[in-house]
Amino acid sequence: MAEVVRLEEVAKVYTMGEEKVEALKDVSFSVVPGEFVSIMGASGSGKSTCMNILGCLDVPTRGAYLLDGVNVGELTGNQLAEVRNKKLGFVFQGFNLLARTTARENVELPLVYAQLPAGRRRSLALDALARVGLAGREAHFPNQLSGGQQQRVAIARALVNRPSIILADEPTGNLDSKTTVEIMGIFQELNRQGITIVMVTHEPEVAAFTGRQIVFRDGRIVSDTRNEAALENAAAEGGNP
Amino acid sequence: MSTFLQSLLIALRALRVNKMRALLTMLGIIIGIAAVIIMVAIGSGASKMISDQISSIGSNLLLVLPGSLTSGGMRSGTGGAQNLTYDDAKAIRAECPSVAEVAPTVRGSAQVVYGNQNWSTVVNGVTPEVIAVRDWTIVAGRNISQSDVDGASKNCLIGQTVADNLFGSSDPIGKIIRVKKIPFTVIGLLGRKGQSPQGQDQDDVIYVPLRTAQRKLLGSQFPNAVGAMMIQAQSAGVLKKAEEEVVALLNQRHRVGPGREADYSIRNLSEILAISEQSTRVMSLLLGAVASISLVVGGIGIMNIMLVSVTERTREIGIRIAIGAKTRDIMLQFLTEAVLLTTCGGIIGMLLGVGGARLVASVVGWPTLISVQTIAIAFAFSAGVGVFFGFYPARKAASLNPIEALRYE
Repeated sequence: MAEVVRLEEVAKVYTMGEEKVEALKDVSFSVVPGEFVSIMGASGSGKSTCMNILGCLDVPTRGAYLLDGVNVGELTGNQLAEVRNKKLGFVFQGFNLLARTTARENVELPLVYAQLPAGRRRSLALDALARVGLAGREAHFPNQLSGGQQQRVAIARALVNRPSIILADEPTGNLDSKTTVEIMGIFQELNRQGITIVMVTHEPEVAAFTGRQIVFRDGRIVSDTRNEAALENAAAEGGNP
Repeated sequence: MSTFLQSLLIALRALRVNKMRALLTMLGIIIGIAAVIIMVAIGSGASKMISDQISSIGSNLLLVLPGSLTSGGMRSGTGGAQNLTYDDAKAIRAECPSVAEVAPTVRGSAQVVYGNQNWSTVVNGVTPEVIAVRDWTIVAGRNISQSDVDGASKNCLIGQTVADNLFGSSDPIGKIIRVKKIPFTVIGLLGRKGQSPQGQDQDDVIYVPLRTAQRKLLGSQFPNAVGAMMIQAQSAGVLKKAEEEVVALLNQRHRVGPGREADYSIRNLSEILAISEQSTRVMSLLLGAVASISLVVGGIGIMNIMLVSVTERTREIGIRIAIGAKTRDIMLQFLTEAVLLTTCGGIIGMLLGVGGARLVASVVGWPTLISVQTIAIAFAFSAGVGVFFGFYPARKAASLNPIEALRYE
């Protein structure tokens, strides 16, 4: 199966004053379509840096990052913007919705930059909101929605452009445990529908929802394990919808 | 196009959120544009007044005056001699190719009487050409004819001021008035000209045939002499050439040898007045320049607020970049916002400026002139200020690092 993501000995070095900090040290791994991967590690382990590189917000110092077979390191700033717009979906810890902008308009935002006509944007956005269970809340503003609902809007926004992969950075970090389960359920459901997801988290309970767990420490991968329980669970539910 | 429309919607929303701030920011541009429009209106009003006065004298004119006269050791001023004649005028008309018309005049003051009204005014002895040379109009009746001049008839043309004072609202044509006790028939009424550049009332005048004035009204020891000659050149381009031709002819006729002082003087009227027009133009330019400074100050205010806005919305910019906004999209968004601010301010300033100029015209009484051109330039200028002062903040927004922007609290 063709890989969605392939990191080949990726290193990232930050220069802070005179000091050089190696945030990633020759990290290599791949993600195939349909996987649900969690990246774990303590703060400073390099997981956020890895996420920024996966999200094309940052480029590796060394090594190659291939997204759908394209070497992202060779792209210009505007080409990267296009990759983020067409192939990636972002979900952040702090939701990062635009204030004073309705749920539907927030979801439409990636399509605006993809220059889709208004009618098409609208119907795609409504579809995406329905997929995360927010049908009927299109006209609500973020401050009229609960944290869990806001995160669902953010997930809909990540979904709306039919990305190759959804990247979630601590998506449940600001949510209580009940809502966390709810949001993780949505991710699992989307994953069962065939969407590839990579998620950063530091909570093992959250990581337990995912099919594969990669653990970072000091800029290196220390373990990369398959979570058979979650996989079987997913297969069982997927086979019996 | 749709990207632009989208930026416009985003900008409108951003301004709606901070209405008070937007208004205060615009205030600088409003004041700047209003000031520019008022100042330019005052300046161009003044220069229009002057150019109207210039054209009220007539265009492309040369004035020939007799020289001074020394008698018993006492010199008279220019025009004292009586050595310019009607024959000189005829010769100039006949022999100088660059000259279009020659209007010789004699001038004196006289008391005029009609019924129980009387009025002291200026009487000019003229030939028919004076109407064309001085750009007069005849609003009623007819012009003096050449046969009036040759036959020294007792017909006259009167100016509006004379008509007002002698006849009030009744029709003066065909009435008999007495000029220095001699009866004259009013055959024509001159159109209104208003003030001369020197502030004289040009309508306070009576025109009688030249020969009549010379022989019957302003009798002197030189009955053929004229007090002045107005010469109109064929066009502005040949004015200098006409002057040279007239000088050459008069020198020959008056036997003025090379290097000798001429017994007449010649002045280029249009040139003198063009200089005063130019000085007004410089003045209006200066007023506009001073007002533009306030526009620049307003622009700096816009830049300041846009920078604040970029900082405040760092996170929003981060989100937009993360989900695929290109550098161009972000720049366009903030430039649109800045230009929207300045053009809104520009429109309000324009309305205020036009109103202010009207107010100046009616309260202070200065003539003001607002041209479509001024308004178009002011509008373009306000949009330009938006682009110029919005560019740096927009550039700053577009070059934000999305990772840091997303982390910004």
